[in-house]
Amino acid sequence: MNPLSFLHPIERLVRFVLRWVPALAGITIAALALCLGPAAAQDLLPPAPYAYRQLDDPKLEAKAQALMETLRCLKCQGQSIADSDASMAGDMRHQVRTRIAAGESPEAIRAWMIERYGDYVSYKPELSTTTWPLFALPVLLIALAALILGRRLRGRGK
Amino acid sequence: MIRGRIFLWGLVALTAGLFGLFAYQLSQPKDEFIQSTMIGKPIPPFDLPPSVPERPGLASGNLADGQPKLLNVFASWCVPCIAEAPNLARLEAAGANIVGIAIRDRSQDTEFFLRQNGNPFSRIGRDDISAVQLSIGSSGVPETFVIDGQGIIRYQHIGDIRDSDVALLLEKLKEAGA
Repeated sequence: MNPLSFLHPIERLVRFVLRWVPALAGITIAALALCLGPAAAQDLLPPAPYAYRQLDDPKLEAKAQALMETLRCLKCQGQSIADSDASMAGDMRHQVRTRIAAGESPEAIRAWMIERYGDYVSYKPELSTTTWPLFALPVLLIALAALILGRRLRGRGK
Repeated sequence: MIRGRIFLWGLVALTAGLFGLFAYQLSQPKDEFIQSTMIGKPIPPFDLPPSVPERPGLASGNLADGQPKLLNVFASWCVPCIAEAPNLARLEAAGANIVGIAIRDRSQDTEFFLRQNGNPFSRIGRDDISAVQLSIGSSGVPETFVIDGQGIIRYQHIGDIRDSDVALLLEKLKEAGA
């Protein structure tokens, strides 16, 4: 029996791995390049003046900040425009800050956005003809629970 | 006893119905497009400087001159905008007056884009901070609006114009009085 024959499977494994290392490296680099690819599809202009710059008056900035946290980013729909770095979110922040600075009320700016994009753009719950059941249902359920509880307790008292 | 039973079964039916509703809604495809709610309303006043030297800029007054137009919101950095370029050319060849708004785009980039993909626009305004885009309820590029001769927004097409959209846009333009 050849004393070296038991090395054979291990050696084969090592050779197999070594042969595939360059291919694996190539695939990894290609995948990374693909991840970086879409970053190229961005504009080259600087952000709007008030996208990242706060208003000088801290009171006005606080008002703007509170509003921006309740407006939806249209590009990245799970984020508010205060959270997002999408350039369109920056442009929306610019709108909010310059309008606040010009003396518009936050609710007027929200109304301006809703006029253009519908309720969807606002995170603030609005009572409207389509949303009233959301507000009415909990009240109804609490009333029902109170009724049932009341009847039970009275029944036990007897 | 019987009444209690009926009540409990009612509860089970209600819960099952609720879960059925969830299952139905979850299986519906999500519409990720945000439609503009400015359809039927006049285009808000604006005045954009020219984006490239060979075309004049765009003001809201240009959109209320009696002739219906297509308003294309585009950018050189937008890949689907390249895809729709041949169809914009077809629309122009079919007699549509197309005006453009270049979003967040440097002049030299817009110029390069137009050299590569053709220039179907009679006017191009330059919107560096998406101000006009936001004012008409557009949430991305490319988007194409049909504006009637009085400057009223009549129709919005979201995304690139496919071959199959050309006829529809011409139809909408005709409905707007072209």
